[in-house]
Amino acid sequence: MSGKPTEEIERVAIRFCGDSGDGMQLTGTKFTEATALAGNDLSTLPDYPAEIRAPAGTLAGVSGFQVHFSSADIRTPADSPDVLVAFNPAALRANVEDVRPGGMVIVNVDAFTRKNIQRAGYEDDPLPALGDRFEIVEVPITSLNRAAVSSLGLGSRDADRAKNFFALGLMYWLYNRPMEPTLRWLESRFEGNVLEANVRVLKAGHAFGETTELFPGSFIVPRAKIQPGIYRNITGNTAMAWGIVAAGVQLQRPVFLGAYPITPASDVLHELARYRHFGVKTFQAEDEIAAISAAIGASFAGNLGITTTSGPGMVLKQEALGLAVMTELPLVVVDIQRAGPSTGMPTKIEQGDLLLALHGRNGVSPVPVLAAYSPGDCFHTVLEAFQIAVTYMTPVVVLSDTYLANSAEPWLIPDVEALPRRPVEFHTEAEGFQPYQRDPETLARPWAIPGNPGTEHRIGGLSKEDVTGNVAYDPANNEHMIALRNEKVQRIAQEISPIEIFGSDSGKLLVIGWGGTHGAITSAVEAAQEDGLSVSSIHLRHLNPFPPNLGEVLGRFDKILVPELNCGQLTPILRSEFLVPAELMAKNQGQPFKVQEIRDRIGNVLDEEVR
Amino acid sequence: MAAAASKLTSKDFQSDQDVRWCPGCGDYSILANLQRVMPELGVPRENFVFVSGIGCSSRFPYYMNTYGMHTIHGRAPAFATGIKATRPDLSVWVVTGDGDGLSIGGNHLLHTIRRNVNVQILLFNNRVYGLTKGQYSPTSRLGMKTKSTPDGAIDHPIDPLAFALGAGATFVARTIDVHTQHLQEVLRRAHAHRGTSFVEILQNCPVYNDNEWLEVEDRKQRVGAALVLEDDEPLVWGSEGSRAGIRIHDGVPSVIELADDHDAVAKGVAIHHERHETPAYAFALASLQRPAFPLPIGVFRAVDKPSYGELLEDQVATARSRRGEGDLAALLNSGDTWEVTP
Ligand code: SF4
Repeated sequence: MSGKPTEEIERVAIRFCGDSGDGMQLTGTKFTEATALAGNDLSTLPDYPAEIRAPAGTLAGVSGFQVHFSSADIRTPADSPDVLVAFNPAALRANVEDVRPGGMVIVNVDAFTRKNIQRAGYEDDPLPALGDRFEIVEVPITSLNRAAVSSLGLGSRDADRAKNFFALGLMYWLYNRPMEPTLRWLESRFEGNVLEANVRVLKAGHAFGETTELFPGSFIVPRAKIQPGIYRNITGNTAMAWGIVAAGVQLQRPVFLGAYPITPASDVLHELARYRHFGVKTFQAEDEIAAISAAIGASFAGNLGITTTSGPGMVLKQEALGLAVMTELPLVVVDIQRAGPSTGMPTKIEQGDLLLALHGRNGVSPVPVLAAYSPGDCFHTVLEAFQIAVTYMTPVVVLSDTYLANSAEPWLIPDVEALPRRPVEFHTEAEGFQPYQRDPETLARPWAIPGNPGTEHRIGGLSKEDVTGNVAYDPANNEHMIALRNEKVQRIAQEISPIEIFGSDSGKLLVIGWGGTHGAITSAVEAAQEDGLSVSSIHLRHLNPFPPNLGEVLGRFDKILVPELNCGQLTPILRSEFLVPAELMAKNQGQPFKVQEIRDRIGNVLDEEVR
Repeated sequence: MAAAASKLTSKDFQSDQDVRWCPGCGDYSILANLQRVMPELGVPRENFVFVSGIGCSSRFPYYMNTYGMHTIHGRAPAFATGIKATRPDLSVWVVTGDGDGLSIGGNHLLHTIRRNVNVQILLFNNRVYGLTKGQYSPTSRLGMKTKSTPDGAIDHPIDPLAFALGAGATFVARTIDVHTQHLQEVLRRAHAHRGTSFVEILQNCPVYNDNEWLEVEDRKQRVGAALVLEDDEPLVWGSEGSRAGIRIHDGVPSVIELADDHDAVAKGVAIHHERHETPAYAFALASLQRPAFPLPIGVFRAVDKPSYGELLEDQVATARSRRGEGDLAALLNSGDTWEVTP
């Protein structure tokens, strides 16, 4: 414990930023782990450049990681950081305007050389002027770090690589986080001089906080009151991968993932590739089309076929996805949306692919679409998607996004015994077998797999005759089959529980969201409710089909506001399907919504009523 | 009910669908011969899967009374990879054409062969697009006049076998739609091979490119136009009075005229070996084109390499023996966790 005074605060948001080579993501991740173990509720957001290594010291190369933690419930990484740790002038310039007025800005003053200052695009040293608006703390991180490891005989390059851990140690002191998890991690990862250097530097940072006069005292953020249970930190991509593993276990069939590397979905492939002992087979295909095609082949052969991708890959997969619709095979397609169009901003956030998922194929090609709403929810969403896929014999699209994929939150580890379990049963009876004979309840066709005698059959993309599945060009049959496939997808609604409304059941304004905007929307609506506004919100996980009571819920509110990180994709559907005056709140900056933005808009929409 | 593999006949492999190729199409013969070979392979009927893309040849699965998938244009090898990678017990056959396999699907063909996925790929080469009614294909001759090339094709054709060899194929063969005996033997060999078996079947399209392969399809002309490859036998063709052989020097093939009493090998004629480690020899064979050379038919190359599926199964088995069967609860609780108490 610190000998200096400590002050208790409810919440704080810290952003680490530096060159992409400075290890900011690692620093942020380690801080997050320590914070989770300290029992806070938290939310994180990494922000990194698409280039692997942009030139050092330039704005293009700045990488950041924001972590928001609290003793109360929080749902977002916070609109603006309270503390910025900037490793160089470029990082300062790219981030300082986001900091809350009066917030603390800790800079590595050693990096503020003339050259670096100019490279960042500043004429002069920006620190004096910024001092009027922020509390600037100048720490000579580079030299303190070098001093800490001087006796180890490392070269200055190797020594400098540890400097992020100096800052990490300092922040551990400032917010009274435990160092042990990071020390344990270092020991598992490094040895010899490198281990020693990192350990020393981490501790030196901590000790510096204790002794320096720059910080009069430290802060304590008490434990949050959260639902009891065992927790861990999880990012959306890890949760997605584990949900896929869980699907194999719960449905009792092997998983086959076909994937092609693409940001930000590659991590799901990386993670799943480690679970061969679960019988999970991952296949890095030659392209996006082969990835989905192989997954469909695996499904035909009786496996849980899945493919993971992001926008540009989603476009390429559409023809094969249409085949999965026509052949009525179970398949899950995960689209981790990123900012488009085209290559767009691969590491930035957008909800641009809803209409692509719903309507991106030729002809009438209905596909159920689910969207995860938080990092941990990716686990449950993909597991549900697999259940729908095998129960209804249909491909299912799961939408995630860059924000969910990379941000982390504490996650209540689910009890495996309580997870839905639906072992797959294949059709084996040869007598009277017809490949397109449907289950009267679900309209699913039978899943009969190669190796089963007597159920040999051919499927393909050509129009199918009802029941037999033979190639057919009959006009009435074609119309009938289209109607059947539509009806089958609509019947999935019978499995969806009614929407939960956040706030009153009726009122002046309903805010509707889907996907990764859940945290920002809910926090904004909560704030507006606290201010006495008549506003509620719902968040849709099921985008096709919608929950059965959606229309009825919409009818209970005077106005409807739909915040979307696109130019309006859910909004026009709500208008046309339910004939309600849904108002769009659009944002297309590659960044998530800020809570305040939505809170302000709620005020605007309810303007007259407020006054 | 399942017919025991041993008692199957070609009839067991005929589906109830009317075969809808043009009269005289080479595909009929290929279908009939394949249906004749299937019962001999010792595989239960329910373990066969036929996968195709789009094109005339890709109608194939509908006519085989086995499991089958008629997929999307060019992608059949990728579907087949997913089937075989998850179900090593199945006998998986890909049926494709020169347009489906080498144009839109070139990438998948390349990578499936490269991975040595244990499937049979039959590429029916008629050097034209049939289903879309007669455009030139990637194997069409330079200058070929079609609806889409009224002034003649100006792109250089690719040889399917050269393509396969370039991709590292472990089994490469060429046969002819109407050469029943030869076709059947090549299919048997393809099935027996572990890894990707790539078979080019020269196929006549009487509607859009009639008689493209006449010289080798016609029994009489074939003697002077086709070089029948036999393992460990010299590269000799022709009949009495017009025998010749192929010499390969510095990788460059040339023709040696042979008198009837000549010892071909002594004259420098190369001996055919399917098992050369380097594909250079097979590549030289694939470069033999009419009319300067005879067209080789038979097995160009057959080498042994582990298949993709075997390596994948090895990894799964190793992971299981090292880490035990996956335990979901243990996975979810791995790493740093903490307990929140009420
Ligand atoms: S168009 Fe040619 S290849 Fe196609 S079915 Fe007719 S004859 Fe055969």
